[in-house]
Amino acid sequence: MPIKTYREAINEAMAQEMRADPTVIVIGEDVAGGAGCDGDRDAYGGVMGVTKGLFPEFGEARVIDTPITESAIMGAAAGAAQTGLRPIAELMFMDFLGVCFDQIYNQAAKFRYMFGGKAQCPMVVRTMAGAGLRGGAQHSQNLTQMVTMVPGLKVVCPTNAYDAKGLLTTAIRDNDCVIFVEDKFLYETSCEVPDESYTIPFGEANFLREGEDVTIVGISNTVNKALAVAERLAAEGISCDVIDPRTTSPLDEEAIIESVEVTGRLVIVDEMTPRCGIAADISSIVAEKAFGALRAPIRKVTAAHSPIPFAPALEDAWMPQEADIEAAVRDVLGYKG
Amino acid sequence: MALDKEGFLRAYRTMRTIRDFEYRVSDEFGKGNIPGFLHLYAGQEAIATGMCMNLTDEDYIVSTHRGHGHCIAKGADVGAMMKEIMAREGGSCAGKGGSMHIAAIEKGMLGANAIVGGGPPLIVGAALSAKTLGTDRVGVSFTGDGGSNQGTTFEAMNLAVVLQLPAIFLFENNGYGEGTAAGYAVGSKDIASRAKGFGMPALKVDGADIFATYEACGKAVKHCRSGKGPIAIEASITRFRGHFEGDAQAYRGKGEVKRLMKEMDCLAIGSAAAIKKKLVTRAQLNKIDKEIAQLIDDAAVAGLAAPSPAVTELLTDVYSSAY
Repeated sequence: MPIKTYREAINEAMAQEMRADPTVIVIGEDVAGGAGCDGDRDAYGGVMGVTKGLFPEFGEARVIDTPITESAIMGAAAGAAQTGLRPIAELMFMDFLGVCFDQIYNQAAKFRYMFGGKAQCPMVVRTMAGAGLRGGAQHSQNLTQMVTMVPGLKVVCPTNAYDAKGLLTTAIRDNDCVIFVEDKFLYETSCEVPDESYTIPFGEANFLREGEDVTIVGISNTVNKALAVAERLAAEGISCDVIDPRTTSPLDEEAIIESVEVTGRLVIVDEMTPRCGIAADISSIVAEKAFGALRAPIRKVTAAHSPIPFAPALEDAWMPQEADIEAAVRDVLGYKG
Repeated sequence: MALDKEGFLRAYRTMRTIRDFEYRVSDEFGKGNIPGFLHLYAGQEAIATGMCMNLTDEDYIVSTHRGHGHCIAKGADVGAMMKEIMAREGGSCAGKGGSMHIAAIEKGMLGANAIVGGGPPLIVGAALSAKTLGTDRVGVSFTGDGGSNQGTTFEAMNLAVVLQLPAIFLFENNGYGEGTAAGYAVGSKDIASRAKGFGMPALKVDGADIFATYEACGKAVKHCRSGKGPIAIEASITRFRGHFEGDAQAYRGKGEVKRLMKEMDCLAIGSAAAIKKKLVTRAQLNKIDKEIAQLIDDAAVAGLAAPSPAVTELLTDVYSSAY
């Protein structure tokens, strides 16, 4: 099977869906690049090159470069989705959610319900999240928790190239507004990805590793860190279940609970601030529904409750690291009641 | 094109329906039969009517929190609207929207919007659909003077110009954004010149004059349908009621509301002009008045008789499929 990067897998999903369905369009800032310039068109193909090549194939009617205007991009996508298109709108960095959130959580997310089931909003917001690139406080955040809390939205956090392609294909074909959170640390990672089109259902977790001692749940790239930790600990005879929920909305609660019922210990990792985050949410679900199975307090490994600092030493301290995950695993294993 | 006899009769019927509908919901609200907040369109009828008469069911509109009139003008069923506003089963939004989210999706009325400035970006999307799919549909965003000050509206106007979309930004300047005068809150000379600043033509019209409004809207729709990109209209008008029902309007000058209700009553002005032009007779209009009174009464009676939506509907239509 061919090996493809996360970036290539996402690009391929878009291209294949655009070939199959003429109502699928891509809209956003520099999704091609070069509009109105004297130089090359498709100069960017998205700031991370994820949409590169779509413009030459599908043209300016379907790959639409916009001004820097996030509210209008999200609103236009929502209005277009309500009237016959399937827009893939790019929100360059997830940090920019603040300037356009109304169009997403008050408009796109609510059409179907607010209008009594007579409207729909089949749009995808592709966005990029994740710290560690020294992007500072406004170009580094993963705000998955902010969209996960909104009824009407679905939220996808692909953690490898194979999942990225299948989940994005599902997202584009879905009739609801889907927030597709790409981890910018993963664009260069690769794995086997089929050439043909395929879907991965939402709400079905991926068991990356099976174990009996501790359950580790990770969101976005943190699940890859958790996997690395689990592999190391296996050498010591500590076996971990590593679960990638893939989507935070819907969330595969059952998979997590089933695992905790075996291990009795839970570590949840995300790269978000700790209050009201995904780790906190999963923690509360397990505490409510599987309290009796727990043999140790649930441990959350999250970022710190501060804006994301710029200095590498500070940012590294802000982010959950493999050492933090390992410490948490040892902690729950050593719990003596 | 000017309104002819048949056109005026249609316009009058729509305007009368809106006026009576609004006064009836006001009464029912006063009696405690309507929960929540109400923002009434009474006084502004000629604008929604003049625009929507130039549209077909295939064209799209988005509206404001003051959306009953736009809904009726776009052809919505007043019975289902009344039930929705009364929070009854059979409401146009299944009891999940209410007055501020009234909609008639099947008629291209994509929804009232309780976020001021929420609608303009959405109509850019509807216009984008029309352009991308190669239809000759147009999208109209009804926005108030208040909404004209929101950043979303600016962004929407700019993007519509950049992408040359068939979008009409219709600003209904009723003089007040809640309890603050447009003269204070709109920093530019007027709203039309602001729209021009974004690179689109803009028309100004007396929103109390159905003949003028109909013509201006016709020009704007023609402009869009012929592929010339977006256009704006500023229609000046007054609102007969407060920002919301229950608003004592203490911010308005002494006698102002009473005076403007006389000077800017689109029904009275339109009727007088139509009779003078010998398009219609008073008797014809009286007959319409009677029919509409009955229509609205029937809608209200049916609404009051309908049960509340079933509680089992709470979680339906959050998503398109099982979640």
